[in-house]
Amino acid sequence: MSAEHPVQAQTPPVESPSAPTRRTFIATTTAVGGAAVVGDLVAGSPALAEEADGVEAPPGSRVALTVNGVRRTVTVDNRTSLLDLLREHLDLTGSKKGCNAGACGACTVLVDGRRVNSCLTLAVRLEGAEVTTIEGLAKGDRLHPLQQAFIDQDAFQCGFCTPGQIVSGAGCIQEGHTGSPEEIREWMSGNLCRCGCYLKIERAVEQAAGRKG
Amino acid sequence: MSPQPQAAVGAAEPRVDARLRVTGKAKYAADNSPDGVVHAVLVESSVGRGRVTGIDARAAEAEAGVLKVISHLNAPKLPPVQGGFPPGQRLRAFQDDRVRFFGQPVAVVVATTLESAQHAASLVRVSYDAESVSTDISVAEPADDPETYARGDAEAALESAPVRLDLTYRMARNHHNPMEPHATVAHWDGDRLTVWEKTQNVVGAVRTLAGEFGIPPGNVRVISPFVGGAFGSAARTYVHAVTAALAAREVKRPVKLVLTRRQLYFGVGFRPAYEYDLSLGGNRQGRLTASAHDIRTESSRYERHSEHVLEPGRMLYSTPNVRQAYRHVPLDVSTPWFMRGPGYASGAFPVESAMDELAHELGLDPIELRLRNEPADDESTNLPFSTRRLRDCYRAGAREFGWHRRNPKPRSTRDGDWLIGMGMAAGVYDTQRSAAQASVRLDADGTALVQSATSDMGPGTATSMTQVAADALGLTMRQVTFRLGDSLMPPAPVHAGSQTMASVGSAVQDGCDKLRKQAITLAVKDEDSPLYGADAADIVVRGGRLFVKDEPTRGETYQRLLARNNRTHLEAMGSYAGAPESEKFSFYAYAATFAEVAVDARLGLVRVRRMVGVYDAARIINPRLADSQAIGAMVGGIGHALLEHTVTDHRDGRIVNANLADYLVPTHADMPDMKAIYIEGEDYEADPIGVKGLGEIVIVGVAPAIANAVFNATGRRIRELPITAEALL
Amino acid sequence: MYPFTYTKAADTREALNAGRRGGRYIAGGTTLVDLMRETVEHPDTLVDISALPLREVTVTERGGLRVGALVRMSEAAAHPKVRTLYPVISQALELSASAQLRNMATIGGNIMQRTRCTYFRDVSADCNKRDPGSGCAAREGFNRTHAILGTSDDCVATHPSDVAVAFAALEATVHLLGPDGERRVAFTDFLLQPGSTPQREQALRQGELITAVEIPALPRPLKSGYLKVRDRQSYEFALTSAAVALHVRGGVIQEAKVAAGGVGTVPWKLPAVELHLVGERPSASLWAAAAQQAGVGARPLAHNRFKVELLKRTVERQLSTVGGTK
Repeated sequence: MSAEHPVQAQTPPVESPSAPTRRTFIATTTAVGGAAVVGDLVAGSPALAEEADGVEAPPGSRVALTVNGVRRTVTVDNRTSLLDLLREHLDLTGSKKGCNAGACGACTVLVDGRRVNSCLTLAVRLEGAEVTTIEGLAKGDRLHPLQQAFIDQDAFQCGFCTPGQIVSGAGCIQEGHTGSPEEIREWMSGNLCRCGCYLKIERAVEQAAGRKG
Repeated sequence: MSPQPQAAVGAAEPRVDARLRVTGKAKYAADNSPDGVVHAVLVESSVGRGRVTGIDARAAEAEAGVLKVISHLNAPKLPPVQGGFPPGQRLRAFQDDRVRFFGQPVAVVVATTLESAQHAASLVRVSYDAESVSTDISVAEPADDPETYARGDAEAALESAPVRLDLTYRMARNHHNPMEPHATVAHWDGDRLTVWEKTQNVVGAVRTLAGEFGIPPGNVRVISPFVGGAFGSAARTYVHAVTAALAAREVKRPVKLVLTRRQLYFGVGFRPAYEYDLSLGGNRQGRLTASAHDIRTESSRYERHSEHVLEPGRMLYSTPNVRQAYRHVPLDVSTPWFMRGPGYASGAFPVESAMDELAHELGLDPIELRLRNEPADDESTNLPFSTRRLRDCYRAGAREFGWHRRNPKPRSTRDGDWLIGMGMAAGVYDTQRSAAQASVRLDADGTALVQSATSDMGPGTATSMTQVAADALGLTMRQVTFRLGDSLMPPAPVHAGSQTMASVGSAVQDGCDKLRKQAITLAVKDEDSPLYGADAADIVVRGGRLFVKDEPTRGETYQRLLARNNRTHLEAMGSYAGAPESEKFSFYAYAATFAEVAVDARLGLVRVRRMVGVYDAARIINPRLADSQAIGAMVGGIGHALLEHTVTDHRDGRIVNANLADYLVPTHADMPDMKAIYIEGEDYEADPIGVKGLGEIVIVGVAPAIANAVFNATGRRIRELPITAEALL
Repeated sequence: MYPFTYTKAADTREALNAGRRGGRYIAGGTTLVDLMRETVEHPDTLVDISALPLREVTVTERGGLRVGALVRMSEAAAHPKVRTLYPVISQALELSASAQLRNMATIGGNIMQRTRCTYFRDVSADCNKRDPGSGCAAREGFNRTHAILGTSDDCVATHPSDVAVAFAALEATVHLLGPDGERRVAFTDFLLQPGSTPQREQALRQGELITAVEIPALPRPLKSGYLKVRDRQSYEFALTSAAVALHVRGGVIQEAKVAAGGVGTVPWKLPAVELHLVGERPSASLWAAAAQQAGVGARPLAHNRFKVELLKRTVERQLSTVGGTK
């Protein structure tokens, strides 16, 4: 039988440290966060400017929609999901792609006030729609009550499903499905959390629903 | 040196990065889009074994936006790699035509848009010379070199045992299924590679990528500040990460490669299935005399994966005669990999189920049986336990859970259509510690920055490290920033095996202690300091103010001290050497998990109603985070016990439920009432901060506690996980 | 996903025109987009019908209910008339999918949804439904969730809808509008058993549009309800399910409407169970005896034998719950 701890066997040898200074770190975070901001009129994926060799661009369409209160006109490949539009073109990466099949809820956003799976929503269909993502819930520096409740209740661990949980929870509260812990659990079941934070998410939804009155 | 007052450690502090996580601003690997980024999509093998005989990429290449289709036919040769872990042949990025398992990447398509890349990947036509596959442990032959362990004469003792049980347990394959799919964003600048990678192993990822491309580790930078769950899956750097980097080098653009949920079932490890034969022998008084353990478990053909499945059966109970054999079954599957509570969570199911069976056989309370077999020391190593508060776990758990209300007679409690049952199980996980370093810098403004190349897949690493640092520096938590997840930072071990707090935490504490001492030394030698001439050993720091412990008015702040001495900052490097080569103690964390289940008597459905978990994990740095970890593990354990089962079609090695609608993990509605209790205590033999780790121990024993409750409810002993309706009809 | 052109129909006429030219209608899109992404479906043209005026829930003259094809699942479930007249429909809807999906998916789309058979969804596997003549990988493969009723040599895929089970039980009618005008098809005739043409799933003609589902008036008082049996508590397709509606007067069952889900290639109407109930007095033994009829004709596969017994118990349980003799 192996005498070694398998995980320890993975442990890398400790190299001589090169301690980064605060300055190098700040430079890093700028680079990390420095994804190009896409202007309102050029978010289109089919506008393949580099394709000069006569390859036919896939069918695309122009769509005007409102995202977090900002009106946007974009040209999208018809195949682009709302989720990919947000993440890859509008630099709104808060909505997450967990399964891309409507089976996990990590991509939940509000469209015209209703919670939906943005992964199964074709962006091309959203002419005139109002979309609210996790980035649009807070009012400036003031967190949405449910965001605050998630912090108060420690309702997340890795945080990856959290944006979807919060947006879904906001929808759940709006729908009025918060009458009991059991009701919250059932009506939040479209949002998987693999860290298993359900108990605290339920409490957070309860907290925020109560505050709402 | 006066001990620092403890203020932050032990407090239920909220997460320091909570705001980022609830506003969607936390950047996970796939959230990064460097300028000019293009998208890569893998093409997977649709046979389970054989050779690729041809790849027709013409249709794919003709799609708008497609930059390149890379396969073994045109991939650059990579330098050979050797050694590493686990033993075997590494799976390389398109270096040969061999298909080793269904779903293996055989090509990658790079295109300017995600939509084009996805579509073009579906247009790549691959032809194969397919061979028949072997993917079923119940029929495949194990390798002929089992790993064995023995003490005493188990067979003879079993022969003569007044009570003997011979049982076979089976466990299905499980997949980690973190909510965040594995993802890599790779960018080359000359021969320097930067990757934003989902990883629990920042330093390991550097080493793997450097090795794959034959470049110095210093040329590789891995950035991974947030990890969206992993449970072990991201402790390894897989071929898809190498592929992303390879593609980026080929197309000379940054490349983003995000695995689909389906691909996660083929390429990033899994908790291997097993068949476990267990014989227990004991006397009528409930003292174990012997046990024999034979496990056959999944491994791949190209690597050999082993886990500590047999450890619980070796050291949890006093047993003079033990024989064990661990047999790998090499299969045409991708290599298994450690999943939360690796080995121990798997091994606890047979051992803790069998203890329950023995208790029933003897008419003993399951807790009493366990108490009668508490060992005086670790019989597998003959070392004393550093700390073992398992008895306290039983006691506290029984009280909190109301164990005395359990009717030991199975199928005796009913609530309408539901049969109610209670069960419990013990758990154990070894306390791992590895070498780690952390840099500490205190600025003239009185704030500190602490850094280490560790990760946070969810436990709250940055928060607990900030707590340790704040106390050691005598600062408030707000004055301390802890950063992680960048290979430019001082090295840390893989964020796995529950070793991060012990290892990185000890390095953080060491660095902060050193820095505090520097400041104290500066003060007592500074004629202009009110602390001039004081005994350094009498000085403590609190709220950023250094003062004589018994004369609190005599002191000054870090800020004043640094300003007067014209110092912009102080810095120190903390280090922790890891576990010594030869241990003087046996280090383990312990758990007792209690579960109440309801089983629909006619429909066979099992619903967990409530759970209590009690843990001996030694010192708890942050009770709020510890509580979340334990409750989350109970939910994960419900999946392990009742739902999770990766199904392979043994005709071709295809995984048939490779999605989150068919591979079932618990939902909100599956959640019972849960309570977690941590037994107070420290373990300073284990490490300088007195912790034993808690991410793994909290899941060990959950599944058998539920299975034992199912037996108590129904009188049916289910020896196979997951426990499904058909087993109970 | 294959490229496609997209057009949004401003009215029914536009939609039908586009449909006649081979356009594929998209309503909620929860099934279609998912299957397009898996390349199981690859329509050349999507015709967005969401602007069509098919969003009404109305009580018919005779006291039945007409649910517009574009009424969302969540709206239908919450509609006061649906809740009071046919709780079985509300329950079936609310036990389906997730709150998000129910906010997207429509009633018309729901009954058009395609099977969850894993081999159907995996384009690298043989599937007669997806690729006629290629074979059925499920028959000898992993088939725990597959059908035991209505199967053929060519296909054993389960119909996944819950509300369709309620519609089948209640003997609903599907309203269709096509190039040749309107027509009505009995619900049980609308969804097709696979036979030797598993690729044909509905009795739809080229370009036809579902406009509504009508539930006939049933004698009152009517008690109804839906039971869904599944491994986990929520967000999962049924292993088995039962939709039951009973009209009891003078202590005698006058009308019984029963169908099962999760077990058939289409929602499985259970006339033998209904026959056993009508004219009898509710009792535990009646439920048990009637439920025995549920498994008649079942042809289980290697991994779904348990469904035969589970189906009977599911029906028995739901008869007892709705019949009120527990």
